[in-house]
Order: sequence, then structure tokens, then C-alpha cells
Amino acid sequence: MGISHRISRRDFCRVGAAAAATAALPLPAFAQAAARVVVIGGGFGGASCARALKQIDPKLQVTLVEQSRTFTACPFSNNVVAGLRSIEQQQFGYDKIAASGVTVVVQAATAVDATARTVGLADGTSLPYDRLVLSPGIDLRFDVLQGYDEAAAAKMPHAWKAGEQTLLLRKQLEAMDDGGLVVVAAPANPYRCPPGPYERACLIAYYLKTKKPRSKLLILDAKDTFSKQRLFQNAWKELYPGMVEWVSLSQGGKVNGVDAATNTLITDFGNHTAQVANVIPPQRAGRIAMIAGATDKTGWCAIDPVTFESKSAPNIHVIGDACLAGSMPKSAFTANSQAKVCAHAIAALLSGRSPAAPKLINTCYSLAAPDYGISIAGVYQPKNGLLADVEGAGGVSPLDVPRDFRAREAHYAQTWFATITAEVFG
Amino acid sequence: MASALINVPAKAKRGDIIEIKTLMSHIMETGYRHTASGEVVPRNIITSFTCRFNGTEIFRADLFPAIAANPFFTFFTTATESGKFEFEWTGDRGFSETASASITVE
Repeated sequence: MGISHRISRRDFCRVGAAAAATAALPLPAFAQAAARVVVIGGGFGGASCARALKQIDPKLQVTLVEQSRTFTACPFSNNVVAGLRSIEQQQFGYDKIAASGVTVVVQAATAVDATARTVGLADGTSLPYDRLVLSPGIDLRFDVLQGYDEAAAAKMPHAWKAGEQTLLLRKQLEAMDDGGLVVVAAPANPYRCPPGPYERACLIAYYLKTKKPRSKLLILDAKDTFSKQRLFQNAWKELYPGMVEWVSLSQGGKVNGVDAATNTLITDFGNHTAQVANVIPPQRAGRIAMIAGATDKTGWCAIDPVTFESKSAPNIHVIGDACLAGSMPKSAFTANSQAKVCAHAIAALLSGRSPAAPKLINTCYSLAAPDYGISIAGVYQPKNGLLADVEGAGGVSPLDVPRDFRAREAHYAQTWFATITAEVFG
Repeated sequence: MASALINVPAKAKRGDIIEIKTLMSHIMETGYRHTASGEVVPRNIITSFTCRFNGTEIFRADLFPAIAANPFFTFFTTATESGKFEFEWTGDRGFSETASASITVE
């Protein structure tokens, strides 16, 4: 009763404030004064940003453009690959976001006119904006590894966008005979989820150890170093001895091409024929970022580290995996942090204030086994036009700790996922 | 720990243009960096790479501090006869490594 009383009083106040504002201004002027922000992309970045904009300034007209009715999250999708989790547990809808006052448009954005400030949609309509936020995630490049095109990906899955590809990789592992060779090809930096290929190697190895213990897993890497490297390498030794082998760039690990007909991965110094080949190709910003003129020659989007406004396309902000954020890795946590900073900056810019210099946080958990978690955390701030590490902040899981420490971190990973998805979609 | 990776086709037809690839693991320390206490980190690079076929030099490269770690060379030659490619890397601090690979030309 007390609660309902408080809510009704708060609602009354809100109605009162709106009525007062309406009374103070002629109605048409008031309607025009509500700034329009369009957000493209309903992942961790875009959905967070749309919600944050509405929370910061409820008067803003915020439209979220997303082509899928359901979002399938990448964090924890390696558990789906390993058969430890269902794909449904990765899926979230937009009802709560719509209920929070954001207009959700289920359409593909196909065009951006940065001069007229409009977004063109697949159905031929267009949306005007004062500020545009792009959070399109990544596109996989099918023009770099020779022979690795979309048809090849149907045989040698990337599983780097969660959904059908995730399930395809899982089905292939389930269909493989005991004693088979699984190859994971990891790309050079930058790419979505830097520790992802190594977590995947761990969880596939967990599946193999449990179900097909005579099998082997080979990681062919286009790098000589990677995120949480010593922690992962220790976990391979400790949990999957003799099963996981990592071939670095300087050992000839860089995959240059594939032969999909024979499931073969081609490097400069030899070929590897796999029973299951998981090819994670190089990536770039989602296509709409290029259409909007926000990408540079790297295929990613250079941004101002305070506002996330594109360095090449005015009034267009880019957040999440698509932007080049200096030291910040491409992760769901990063996208969520950037979304909030970007929303505050846009609200400030639209009301003529100058945005405050932000501090951003990223945390990333990886599972080496269902009860073995490791993490890395960082704090970032603008410095010389980029987002730079705040020295001494953040850190990595310690190397030598008892297993219950790893088990606690695995639990934190679960609760992190529950928390962020509840915040963004719940 | 230096180690060489070599890719030479095992077989070729006489007159074919073949591609040879080599990768030598090496730190390639430039000599321009300083430690936290201000001392120069001494230069430690590979200075020369040579490829001989049946004793005759067919490719040579001089290397300098701007070349990144783990130098990767790829070059082409014409297959004329069966024989042996010999590769040699030499550099600072008496660095010297060799590798070889044979080809059958039909």
C-alpha cells in the first residue's frame, strides 16, 4: 500500500511537471524542441544507449532501429558451442526497451544521409535525426582468407555472431568421431572479444575431454600474444594436458586461406585438415557504418574519446565493437560503458552543454571450464585523442590460486551475464 | 630460441616458377630502446639472409633495425634442376642459423 501510494504520488508529480512545461510553451514549439536521436543496432551498445538516453532526458525522442526481433548474445555463446547451455538462454527481446519509452523499429537500416540527417530503412521510409548513434557491431570479412566466403562458412563455421553459426559448430562437434582434430583459427587484432577464441578452445576441449577424449584441438593463430595468455596456457596444461596445442604467428600459425571442400586450413608453412574447422576471420565495423561514412581505411570507426562522435561523419556517434577505442577491447561490457558515456555526451550536446571527460570500465570473464573462471578488468580515459589505460587500475586474475578461487570467478561470470542482460534488456 | 620455418615445394616441373617462404624466429631488438633506468637495450638483429641452390647464391637480403621481429621472407625462383636449397641467417652477437630443403624437378 505504501509503495502504491508513493508510485501514484510520483506519477502525479511527473504529470504535473509535464503539464507545467506544456503550459509554459506553445504546443507546436514544444513538439519541435524534443530532439530526435536514432540508434542503429540493438546489441549491448545500441540497446544500452537508447535506454540511457531516455533515462537521462525523458523528453528526447529516441528510436532504436534493429532488424531482428530477438537479440542473441555472444558472451556465454561458447557454452552453447560446448553443449553446456541452450541458445534460448542467449536470447532477449525488446519489449522492455519499448516499454521504457524508446520507439523500437524492427527494420534494417540501409542508408544514412549525413547532410539531411536521415536514416533510410529497408521498407523505403526514412527517420530524421538530430544525433545518430551507430552500434552495428561487426561484419565478418569474406574477402581476406582465400576461399573463405559465406558458402565456406556454412561448412567451416566462424560462430562469431551468435545464432545459427553457433549451433552449426555445436552440431559438427557432436557429429565428430572420437579421435578427430578440431582446429580453431584465430585472427590478428583488432577483432570482437579478444579472449574469445581461447575461451572457445577451452570449452571445446572440455566437451572433447568429457565426450571424445582421444580428440585433439589445434589453435592456429595470426598473433604471437593474446589476452589472458598465461592464464589460458596454464589452464590448457592443467585441465586438458596433451589435448590443446597453440601455434603462434611466429610458429607459422597464421591461416591465409581454406579449402572448404576438404575442410583444410592453409598456412604459409603447411596445411591442416580438420574434422571440425572453426575459422574466425578478420572483421570490420558493421556495414551501415561504412554507408554512413564513419569508417576509415582500417574498416573500423575513428571516434572522439569524450563523445564517441565519428571523426569523419559529424553528428554521428559510433560505439561498441565498430569503433576504434584505443586500449579498450571490443566486448559487451565495453559497449555498455561506451553507450552510457555516449548518451550523456549526446544529452549534453543537445542542450548546449559541453560533455564531461569520462572514465570507462571494461571487465571480461572467460571460462576455461564450467567451474574455472578467469578475468581481466581495465579503466580507461581520454588521452591524446584516444582512450588510454588508467595506469594501476584494473588487473588480471592471479596466476597461482587454488581451484575454489577459479570456481568463484566462474560464478561471478554467470552473475555478470545475468546482471548486464537484465540491465540492458530486462 | 631461434627456429626456422621453410616452405619449398617438394616437386616442380622444369621451368616452373616456384615460391619459397621462410620465417626465422628472432627478437630483432632495434638498439634504440631504453630500459626504465635509462640504459640502452643493445641492438640484437639478424643482419643477413642468404639462399643458395646447389651451392650458388640465388637470393640475399640485408636486414636493418626497422624490420619487425620474426622476419618472414617470400621470393620466387625458376625450377631448373633437382637439388638442395640452403638458407642461412646471420646477425648480431654471433647469431647464425641454417636450414635446408630439397626439390625434385621433373
